[in-house]
Amino acid sequence: MADAAVGKDKCGEQRLVSLPLSRIRVIMKSSPEVSSINQEALVLTAKATELFVRHLATSSYRHGSGRAKRALTYSDVASTAQEAETFQFLADILPKKILASKYLKMLKEKREEEEDQNEGPALK
Amino acid sequence: MAERPEDLNLPNAVITRIIKEALPDGVNISKEARSAISRAASVFVLYATSCANNFAMKGKRKTLNASDVLSAMEEMEFQRFITPLKEALEAYRREQKGKKEASEQKKKDKDKKPDSEEPDKSRGEDNDDEDDRLEEEEQNEEEEVDN
Repeated sequence: MADAAVGKDKCGEQRLVSLPLSRIRVIMKSSPEVSSINQEALVLTAKATELFVRHLATSSYRHGSGRAKRALTYSDVASTAQEAETFQFLADILPKKILASKYLKMLKEKREEEEDQNEGPALK
Repeated sequence: MAERPEDLNLPNAVITRIIKEALPDGVNISKEARSAISRAASVFVLYATSCANNFAMKGKRKTLNASDVLSAMEEMEFQRFITPLKEALEAYRREQKGKKEASEQKKKDKDKKPDSEEPDKSRGEDNDDEDDRLEEEEQNEEEEVDN
């Protein structure tokens, strides 16, 4: 897979950074205010992303139980995003999953609450 | 320019490998967990870039540099990354220096060739190759990204 290549012609970086620099650059450039990126900044961002992946993976694995688990699941990751302060910026993209029945119940309860409020303060 | 959705994703194989290396042996990683972490990594890049860009703008610069990225990590409260990043930066700089010296050495060796009598002339002929190489070297320091 061509993605395994790291940047153009800089084979030394295969030891330094595993993520493809070209892809990292595409993501960085998708940010509108960014005009240009120094090569060192690109390498450091790629490296930081790797460190981040490791940090998120280990934090999610340890989150909650503390005992050794067999598997890392989506809900481990979502819980970490919702509960740990450092990962708060991920909260919107990693919502916790709930059963559909629970969600419908929540909707119903909310609707009932709004109806109560609409009936006016006099009745309260 | 429009990017296809997959262009903003990082390759699954690499992400999976990084996760596996971080966790104890034999732990299974569900597909959804991997996908979640991969998406999180892309968001991380965006967040870090935006943050680093603020520092560049404060310094009235248009090009993001290494120190902007390091400042961004501090700002995002990922101080734990700073030391390993600094080490990676040092290693990268040493590597670049090594490459530069190697290419300069090659240039010297070329000049020693007995092909032309005038050293200046030979340098002129070789210039095309050298320019390509030098251009690449310059790009190492400051990259103008073409839109």
